[in-house]
Amino acid sequence: MAEQQLFKVTIDNITIEVPAGTTILNAARMIGGDVVPPAMCYYSKLQNSGGKCRTCLVEVSKGSDKDPRPMPKLVASCRTTVMDGMEVKNITSQKAIEARKGVVEMLLINHPLDCPICDQAGECDLQDLSYGHGEDGSRFDFDKRIFDKHTLGPYIQLHMTRCILCYRCVFVADQLTQTRQHGILDRGERSEIATYIEKNLDNDFIGNVIDVCPVGALTDRTFRFKNRVWFTKPVDAHRDCPKCCGEVRLWMRGDEVFRVTARRDEWGEIRDSSNGKTGWICNECRFEKKNTSDWVIEGTTKVNRHSVIAQNKYVGLKRPPEFIEEVMDGVKQRYMLDIHNVSEVNEPEIRLDLIEGPAHSEDFEIADEKREEKENK
Amino acid sequence: MQKLLLEKDNVEGIRFYETYRREGGYKSVEKAFKMSPADIVEEVKKSGLRGRGGAGFPTGMKWSFIAKPEGVPRHLVCNADESEPGTFKDRYLMEFIPHLLIEGLIVSSFALGSNVTYIYIRGEYAWIVDILEQAIAEAKNNGWLGKNILGSGFDCEIYVHRGAGAYICGEETALIESLEGKRGNPRIKPPFPAIKGVWDRPTVVNNVETLAAVVPIINMGGDEYAKIGVGKSTGTKLMSACGNINKPGVYEIDMTISVEEFIFSDEYCGGIPNGKRLKACIPGGSSVPILPANLLLKTSKGETRMMNYESLADGGFATGSMMGSGGFIVFDEDQCVVRHTYTLARFYRHESCGQCSPCREGTGWMEKILKNIEYGKGKMSDIDLLWDIQSKIEGNTICPLGDAAAWPVAAAIRHFRDEFEWHVLNPDESQIRNYGLAHYAEPLTPKGELV
Ligand SMILES: Cc1cc2nc3c(=O)[nH]c(=O)nc-3n(C[C@H](O)[C@H](O)[C@H](O)COP(=O)(O)O)c2cc1C
Ligand code: SF4
Repeated sequence: MAEQQLFKVTIDNITIEVPAGTTILNAARMIGGDVVPPAMCYYSKLQNSGGKCRTCLVEVSKGSDKDPRPMPKLVASCRTTVMDGMEVKNITSQKAIEARKGVVEMLLINHPLDCPICDQAGECDLQDLSYGHGEDGSRFDFDKRIFDKHTLGPYIQLHMTRCILCYRCVFVADQLTQTRQHGILDRGERSEIATYIEKNLDNDFIGNVIDVCPVGALTDRTFRFKNRVWFTKPVDAHRDCPKCCGEVRLWMRGDEVFRVTARRDEWGEIRDSSNGKTGWICNECRFEKKNTSDWVIEGTTKVNRHSVIAQNKYVGLKRPPEFIEEVMDGVKQRYMLDIHNVSEVNEPEIRLDLIEGPAHSEDFEIADEKREEKENK
Repeated sequence: MQKLLLEKDNVEGIRFYETYRREGGYKSVEKAFKMSPADIVEEVKKSGLRGRGGAGFPTGMKWSFIAKPEGVPRHLVCNADESEPGTFKDRYLMEFIPHLLIEGLIVSSFALGSNVTYIYIRGEYAWIVDILEQAIAEAKNNGWLGKNILGSGFDCEIYVHRGAGAYICGEETALIESLEGKRGNPRIKPPFPAIKGVWDRPTVVNNVETLAAVVPIINMGGDEYAKIGVGKSTGTKLMSACGNINKPGVYEIDMTISVEEFIFSDEYCGGIPNGKRLKACIPGGSSVPILPANLLLKTSKGETRMMNYESLADGGFATGSMMGSGGFIVFDEDQCVVRHTYTLARFYRHESCGQCSPCREGTGWMEKILKNIEYGKGKMSDIDLLWDIQSKIEGNTICPLGDAAAWPVAAAIRHFRDEFEWHVLNPDESQIRNYGLAHYAEPLTPKGELV
């Protein structure tokens, strides 16, 4: 076989040689650092993913050595392969930065921003994206789009309101499981992830949709409201699993395992396992093995992803100039946004402000029981 | 005026094979099968025919791009999805002269080596499906389709596939997905259909009118065809005219007449009813920019604007528009541009496939703002906000629907900003009367005084 061809590509004035067929995004990831465009829908381990969210738009100022014309439009770096001699501008392109700001704003206009009660908060790609690339404030003053929440079986909770329609979970079901039981219904701004007739998602590998979800649309029911991710400590562990690689990350507090996820790399994607299998983990490892005795603990995870969980990520953030009470004419903070209504996550009857100390999952279970009682009557 | 496509549309019974054949139908197939496929592509190239589906891409060039890997079947797909508001020319053609399309399809299939050819038709055209299927059956019974056509050794079958009511399935890659039985999401290009189309096979997607035009091209020869029209706008074009005109309908024009003649002459639209004056016009289907009367009839250089690709696009988007798909929508002085823009925004919000964030969210946002302005709840800053939103959508999406949603809003604000402002400043009055003509149509005379 002929030696693999190498293409020279320059991204934000940094030149690198990459194999032919590499995308601009992956070339940027090889360089690393600030020149890497953010990606919300692209997932290197899922075929055909990418191209949809438009956050990774970059400007190609020179097509290639052969055809040096610039590309007329911004291109999605995750789906555009490099050409020899290509010159790309990401953070040096005002056009790309402006477009990205626009995309972030669009992604947020209908997002409930219910981070305070969202399990994904702290490891949410959308949070990172808006801090890193968005504007402060929104110009959208209409009611946000609302969907009913759906329980997809014992393990998976769907909050469609938070979804950014990256299609990753659809690709997971297509590519990791035998049958896909969910998909996108309807079109345009009413598109939703759904099972059509409410249905449980059960399949040995379907739990991976939770890991690929960039926001809090698909969350782990066994972890729901149990803790905030930044209070739990990630620990690498493994077990002999007949179904999957068995290499996982336990999220612990004290001796308690709160949550099990697959291991992720610095781009937030599943990392390949050391035993040569893919890094995806099965439902049993993810949802059923919540005791430390189930696992061989390897040691604390080195957090290499710069998210809220990494300390000092947001040093130097500006504090709002006035206090909320002052700007809101003396209205106290808790009346500002009725999160319960907006996100429909939990029951409005739970007054978080009446609970002493931090809320615990029991508080919500009590509410659940109350509701069931009501329904039974 | 020379007619090529609609020459015989009034002949009694032209819908049926016997009459169509008697009137000289299927001659181009006989002629084409004596030529080589490469020669046919060459004739189409020489004819200068440009795609009639909207983008105006030269058809011969498109055909020559199709990949020809050994042993892989190729496909021709006829785009009959026609869902652009204001465009209804393909419907007319298929409903009244279905055999012309079938004939064009056979010749084009032969030129491209497509043994299985599809017509992807808009779902709402249910009755036309029957008409087409009958025409296909007739053609087959008479030996124009099936195995070994005319003893040439070439096999061809045509299947009609019904869409399910989505505008986006007119975009060629969404159409291909839909044809494969999937959700009609546009694909990310490259690869283009000419390399990987239906079932990853090389595919050409062409509009109904484009494929029908192949018939006269083969009959009269590419060079002759190219003599009709001007410049790069060769041949004849079907225009579907609607709105405030006396004679709405489908007209075949050769592209040498002026816009003014098209609107006011009795041969075509027949002027504006009730002695009203012209306010604005969308010359090429809802996606293209709207033009106020003064810029419609004369270009910014003061030249007469003609009904052809170049002249309509003269001045770029600042002072021009586009030929698009030929949906000619005329507005008289009583029409409200804000309301119209809101209606279009609603359409695009409804038809976005929802794949890419700027289009999915932006179309909905623009609709909400326009609704506010239209119903007297708008703010002055909304107009700039609209402008900003459309600029964030345009060019940043997977398929051109994002652009198509942005352009009408941009053009309406560009040319009719005063009307938007009037709506904002007079919320109550704007609910009971329209802004009317304002200054942009002043130099125009009503039809009655036209010499
Ligand atoms: C949103 C959208 C809708 C479209 N709808 C149609 C349509 O209804 N009919 C059509 O012929 N082309 C339509 N097109 C254009 C097609 O993508 C394609 O350019 C055309 O079928 C090519 O044929 P032509 O070269 O003969 O024009 C549409 C494009 C877009 C982006
Ligand atoms: S531009 Fe709109 S219609 Fe086209 S792919 Fe994107 S979301 Fe879908």
